[in-house]
Amino acid sequence: MSEALYASRRRSNVIVMGLCYAATAFGLGFLALILGTLFWRGLVGLNLAVFTQMTPPPGSSGGLLNAIMGSLLMTSLGVVIGTPLGMLAGTYMAEYGRHSRLASIVRFINDILLSAPSIVIGLFVYEIMVAPMGHFSAIAGVVALAILVVPVVVRTTEDMLLLVPTSLREAAAALGMPRSHVILRVAFKAARAGLITGVLLAIARVSGETAPLLFTSLNNQFWSSDLNAPMSSLPIVIFQFALSPYADWQQLAWTGALLITVTVLALSIVARWLGTSRTAT
Amino acid sequence: MSRSEGVETSSRQKAKALAGLRFGDAIFRGLTQTAAVSVLLVLSGVIVSLVIGSLPALRMFGFGFLTSEVWNPVTEKFGALAAILGTVTTSLIAMVIAVPVGLGVAIFLTELCPQWLRRPIGIAIELLAGIPSIIYGIWGLFVFAPFVQSSIEPGLIAIFGHVPVFSSIFAGPPYGIGTLTAGFVLAIMVLPFVASVSRDVFDTVPPVLKESAYGMGCTKWEVVRRVVVPYTRVGVIGGAMLGLGRALGETMAVTFVIGNAHKISASILAPGTTISATIANEFTEAVGDLYTSSLIALGLILFVITFLVLAAARLMLMRLERQKGA
Repeated sequence: MSEALYASRRRSNVIVMGLCYAATAFGLGFLALILGTLFWRGLVGLNLAVFTQMTPPPGSSGGLLNAIMGSLLMTSLGVVIGTPLGMLAGTYMAEYGRHSRLASIVRFINDILLSAPSIVIGLFVYEIMVAPMGHFSAIAGVVALAILVVPVVVRTTEDMLLLVPTSLREAAAALGMPRSHVILRVAFKAARAGLITGVLLAIARVSGETAPLLFTSLNNQFWSSDLNAPMSSLPIVIFQFALSPYADWQQLAWTGALLITVTVLALSIVARWLGTSRTAT
Repeated sequence: MSRSEGVETSSRQKAKALAGLRFGDAIFRGLTQTAAVSVLLVLSGVIVSLVIGSLPALRMFGFGFLTSEVWNPVTEKFGALAAILGTVTTSLIAMVIAVPVGLGVAIFLTELCPQWLRRPIGIAIELLAGIPSIIYGIWGLFVFAPFVQSSIEPGLIAIFGHVPVFSSIFAGPPYGIGTLTAGFVLAIMVLPFVASVSRDVFDTVPPVLKESAYGMGCTKWEVVRRVVVPYTRVGVIGGAMLGLGRALGETMAVTFVIGNAHKISASILAPGTTISATIANEFTEAVGDLYTSSLIALGLILFVITFLVLAAARLMLMRLERQKGA
């Protein structure tokens, strides 16, 4: 009787644990497959022309230069606008309003914005910028990206400032430092690596964003650095080229996808490395 | 005489400097508070602008917008039902696959995996959660959809073709692109997310609880089922709903493989559409105010659905955190 019970318990344990192994193999296998395909098909088309030539018309060869530059420009401007706003908001929540009602509401809303559909942000920016201005523009794309940067930076700034020991702040305050100096010169300095991590994560998050750019910055087949005109970007070019029937374009789409993925992975790895090196000291 | 005057000026200077510092303090505080409030303003701005933008469509079609399947730009008749159902169906397929697999991965990472392998696999999963969705989309279009068309769908049609009920769910020619493929690509996309949240939640179980269960002779499965899962139930559900929130609003991974067909089909092999795919595909080509407004109304519906799901998820995770703190 009890022998049978033991056997059945052992059997169900083996079955379920086997399923867990299978789930891990399944999940990691698929993810490895995606990355493998991406490198395989992306590397084939990777050459100097990708970085030196403009996006081609169908049927001829070319590169991704205007898309790469557009992405770099819009992402960096978006981060430059979004980061200070996010850091200030995060500072308020961690330093001034730690237990206030406002801070807890902002935290809740911020967490929702963190995973809100980015296409809706695109619609929002279309409504407030593209429609009144009457045309698509890079600056609208920048605003859309900045709105996506803010929640990421708010979250990490708050988390990192909360890690700074209160005794540091008290020591600085005891020396007669005003509150703003305590925060900027002591707390920020102590949390510096973490704050940089947050910014890197935000860059990683927005550099692959496609949906919010679809109807803000649109696309531009040519070189443009005019913020008031449509601008090309890597994700949009990938979207357009991948769905086209032309082999040249599809190849460029794979190469562009590889570039984005490598950038995002590199940024996340550096961010992670900064984060752990901070906790180690 | 002159000495006391000097003291006077220096103390006046000090007072001035202090006032300056106090002023700077107030400015800085005000700045941070304004920034915090602006986060709220963004959210309300999104809601207000979507409502205003969708008014023409909602006024024209009323409640029927939600229940009509017709989507015809030529006659300017629009209804959201096909897109809403497509969003829900693809997300459900994604969750049915991603939640069990993600929980399996989390159990593997917390109970089965050798210690030295835990960090590398954990990090790999977290890195994969950050890969942009367009990558999943392009892979789905070029690699996965042809594979589904040639290998999976003919099998499904052959197996279920003569089983009642199932024959209509798995009916039709194997297109490759369609609801099932989109749901599966979504599943792979949210999987790292579900797995890493569940792992974090499983890690909150006090080791003493698990050790006492092991000490009584429980098997691993019994520990997971009777100790870990009951202790973390709220967190696991919250994590799954966060994943659902992502899946509902996901655009690029779906747009590539859904087929963008505005009709409701009983078969999950048939092409369909989702709210986000419709907006992504049609917004820049939309001619006329009513068409644009209908697309914005779709965006409003999507935002409301994801807002509710994400808010519920956050509330659950917050409850867990409070319980952990207590």
